[in-house]
Amino acid sequence: MALLELSDVHARYGPISALHGVSLGVDEGAIVALLGANGAGKTTTLRAISSTVRKTGEITFDGHDISRRAPEDVARLGIAHVPEGRGTLGQLTVWENLRMGAYVRRGGASKVDYDRVCGYFSWIPARRNQVAATLSGGEQQMLAIARALMMRPRLLLLDEPSLGLAPIVVQEIFKIIRAVNEQDKVTVLVVEQNASIALQAAAHAYVLEVGKVAVSGTSAELQKDEAVRRSYLGY
Amino acid sequence: MRRLSRTRPELIGLAVVAAVVLIGLPTVTNQFFTFEFAKVAIFVTALIGLNLLTGYSGQISLGNGAFMAVGGYTTAILVQRTGIPYWTTIPVAGILAGVVGFLIGIPALRLTGVYLALATFALALSIPPVLNHFDTFTGGHGGIVMAPAMPPLGLDLSQEQWLYYLCSGIALVLFLFAWGIVRSRTGRAFMAIRDSETAAVASGISLAYYKTLAFGLSAAYAGVAGSLLAIATSYVNPDTFGLSLSLALLVGVVIGGLGLDFGAVLGSLLVVWLPYYAEKASGLQIGSLSFGGKPDIFYGALLILILFFAPHGAAGLVQRGWRWYLLRRTAARSPLPEPVVER
Amino acid sequence: MLSLIQQVISGIATGGIYASLALALVLVYRAMDVANFAQGEMATFSTFISYSLIEYAHIDFWLAFVITILISFGLGVVIERALIRPFEGAPVLTLLIVTLGLFTAFNGVTGLIWGYVFKSYRGGFPDQPIQFGGLYLNTQDLGVLGVVLVMLLLLYLFFTRTKAGLAMRAASLYPDSSRLLGVRVGWMLALGWGLASAVGAVSGMLVAPIIFLDPNMMQAILLFAFTAAVLGGIESVLGAVVGGVAVGILMALVGTYIPGGQDLRLAFGLIVIVVVLLVRPAGLFGRATVKRV
Repeated sequence: MALLELSDVHARYGPISALHGVSLGVDEGAIVALLGANGAGKTTTLRAISSTVRKTGEITFDGHDISRRAPEDVARLGIAHVPEGRGTLGQLTVWENLRMGAYVRRGGASKVDYDRVCGYFSWIPARRNQVAATLSGGEQQMLAIARALMMRPRLLLLDEPSLGLAPIVVQEIFKIIRAVNEQDKVTVLVVEQNASIALQAAAHAYVLEVGKVAVSGTSAELQKDEAVRRSYLGY
Repeated sequence: MRRLSRTRPELIGLAVVAAVVLIGLPTVTNQFFTFEFAKVAIFVTALIGLNLLTGYSGQISLGNGAFMAVGGYTTAILVQRTGIPYWTTIPVAGILAGVVGFLIGIPALRLTGVYLALATFALALSIPPVLNHFDTFTGGHGGIVMAPAMPPLGLDLSQEQWLYYLCSGIALVLFLFAWGIVRSRTGRAFMAIRDSETAAVASGISLAYYKTLAFGLSAAYAGVAGSLLAIATSYVNPDTFGLSLSLALLVGVVIGGLGLDFGAVLGSLLVVWLPYYAEKASGLQIGSLSFGGKPDIFYGALLILILFFAPHGAAGLVQRGWRWYLLRRTAARSPLPEPVVER
Repeated sequence: MLSLIQQVISGIATGGIYASLALALVLVYRAMDVANFAQGEMATFSTFISYSLIEYAHIDFWLAFVITILISFGLGVVIERALIRPFEGAPVLTLLIVTLGLFTAFNGVTGLIWGYVFKSYRGGFPDQPIQFGGLYLNTQDLGVLGVVLVMLLLLYLFFTRTKAGLAMRAASLYPDSSRLLGVRVGWMLALGWGLASAVGAVSGMLVAPIIFLDPNMMQAILLFAFTAAVLGGIESVLGAVVGGVAVGILMALVGTYIPGGQDLRLAFGLIVIVVVLLVRPAGLFGRATVKRV
């Protein structure tokens, strides 16, 4: 059974509806990519999962119905959402950001988690007391992932980690995402506009179009499919 | 706010009833009640002013009690020093308070929301000690005692009845004036500023002009009210115009209904009669604690309850009832009811 | 010269009291962008509770001090949950009026329970001068300073070292991100109100021995605390402290050196507020927010 399952999820911002019945599943231990054009509903889908948008439909996580839970309760189940814009706590230091990441953990941030996170991001110890807003865009993205990992999440929701970053930084970030997935067994659902890099990392992908899943399949299938490639992936 | 578009027979009927009640009131009540209703009229004047500022142009003021002090002391000092007839001081008090308000409105231009509340709160708190301080003018703690205001010769009225008609007449004139302003270009500018300053500027409205104008107008109304209060009680002292007066005004305008024409009337009924009934509520006791004479608790509780259950105040409730009545009548006449236009 | 130094020192002590109430205001302001006009009246209420504990339950001042702080904390939390939370997301004007409603209600309840007769309140420090060089210092002033410094230190440690303190800062600055990290933002607001109420109670219990205890005693203090908060920058904790001390010194000097200055101190508060807002709206330590119309 899938770790996360959405079935017939509708969502709206005031009078404007953004999702018209999205259904998808994310298997435990997988990296799944959510692709699509601007305004297709990718971000909204993540927000529906973390309960930060008004929605109807069924969302289950590890067998629990989470569709009616408050965002903070969803987080407490082990779903770490790195939102659009990275959610950096800009006025706080790097270390305080990490402590906030471990907020839901009993006893707060542990040495073990901190060392593990520093294993992925070796620059962190030296910059521990730097104010987060003064980090570069790439560093802020990495800090956002590091902060999410401090929670020891079972599911990591990433909203466009490549946004506004240099290609080389994007490569590094996706390398880390794969490492996190393999070493720490964290399931990842990643929203991307940059379809080619997302498909390299993901085993499975869904393509959204106007608030609905238009195509889905393994990354290999989607990369091979000429029509899909042209109309949805743009290369 | 959508205006009721056509003059309806019901409205004319209501106006006639209101006029009869207004004119006839002092003939059927005793002196005490007549005097209290004169006070209601005074508060109506003050609240119309505050409603122009807070209800229509969206600027909060906790300092309108201070502008009432300007008006009250202007009248008292002029009458005491120069001996001119008290009624001639009313426009002077209004104009002087208006000028002071206009001047205070200039720094207030740069202040919005919380900061404006803070500054006017400070104004309300600092007025009584300042009045105490300059006691050669103001008589200090003792205040100024004036000769009682007598009805003009030839009018067969008691003093209370005369005060009632004087205050109600002025309140009515100022009410109609405000009614006109609200429906004019100026009123639309006020409301545009209230709803969004950015949008108002974008459509060519001068914030500086209209915001200070609202302050000045509101202060002028308060000044007239202060003057009338001094005349009615033939006495002023610093404590009359303390923070609690400013707070009572705010309570009145919110409970009456911000930005609604009749809010001021309903609000002043409350501001005058609530303390009266609070006084009577001395029978209301919890153990050894008596609620008598302590209107503050009721003010506070009412304020929060009204904001929660009826954000448009008492006038908002009346307006809703009125619309509901119109709608039901329309529905009864035509088989297909018009859709309800929600604000 | 000596008298000037003495005035400045006693101004610093009174300033510490203004700073505590200003700090309470800043805590609430940071959490919800609203100045809590009821802060002073809540502090008065708390001070009366300690008065009752001391006078009627015959509890030692310092024990009553601690109990009152705890009660005030609870009171702040309850008020936020019961009366402020229903207005979440309402316009600033509405929230301001709610706090004004609380102001009148608290003032009324305090008068209802304890009456309007001035009461003398014995604090935790003896009111006696000690000589220090040529200076006569008051133990009371020194005690007040000590308590305020200890409180500041505790607050500093709370906000930097504890999980709850960090979460409160995060929740007030970044409510959306904090929610995604599992923080119950609503409860953090309540915690902020609780802390503010506790800090305000301290200011009330410190000032009551200097002035008399009556239901209106904090109104002038509230104005000076507002002045301090505006001077320091209404979002800045450091600003509240520095502003409080500056206002304390200013008011001590105005009260001493201007004829009839006691009456004019409130007006000076008004003048400082207006001048600061016109010249430097963000205050001494506030960040200038770019908001041009």
